[in-house]
Amino acid sequence: MKLLYFAWLRAKIGISEERVEPPAGVTNVAALLDWLKTRGPGFAEALKDTRVVRVAVNQRYVGWDHALAPGDEVALFPPVTGG
Amino acid sequence: MIRVQREDFDVGAELEALTSGKTGIGGVTSFVGLVRDIAGGHRIGAMTLEHYPGMTERQLGEIEAEAMKRWPLDAVLIIHRFGRLEPGERIVLVAAASAHRQAAFDACQFLIDWLKTKAPFWKLEETPQGQRWVEAQTSDDEAAARWVKE
Repeated sequence: MKLLYFAWLRAKIGISEERVEPPAGVTNVAALLDWLKTRGPGFAEALKDTRVVRVAVNQRYVGWDHALAPGDEVALFPPVTGG
Repeated sequence: MIRVQREDFDVGAELEALTSGKTGIGGVTSFVGLVRDIAGGHRIGAMTLEHYPGMTERQLGEIEAEAMKRWPLDAVLIIHRFGRLEPGERIVLVAAASAHRQAAFDACQFLIDWLKTKAPFWKLEETPQGQRWVEAQTSDDEAAARWVKE
């Protein structure tokens, strides 16, 4: 699974992308976020308030209950501020 | 038409190209977003726009398609820049062309309102106090919500 981080999530986590193999129990977005939080202080800080985290899977917005597949591209980012 | 680019654009030339040869168009409306020098009480020296290549184009394409579905438009244009921009510089151009003005006005507002809440761009401002990520505005969500169909 490919993970991408943008804006202040990227800054707090310290990397813009990585490849991961989450544990077997990580089957949806909510479980992925819970697992990511355990991977270090940067992740815990970036993901402490998930109300300000948006998630896209394969470049489409998804909700917390969206099911994940091994080849997915999952992006985590704050609410957008373009325009 | 959708473009995501680092370079500036020429508004006149873009609108000319959008309507050129399409003589059924009766009106074209446009919105140009600029970098301000003060935002949220902070003096802004510059801002850097980050985006999600791939998803940005996909989202803008969907916003364009939705506008074409809702209004009788002859042409739609969205150009959004990324990278470092200084006060006064252009950030975004949206334009809608139609036989009649009401569809063009409404579609133009819709395009910028939805872009601001759906397209994956983020602004990092440079202020005298340091760098600051711009926070999403509730007023932008409310503006976009006007266009949600029941």
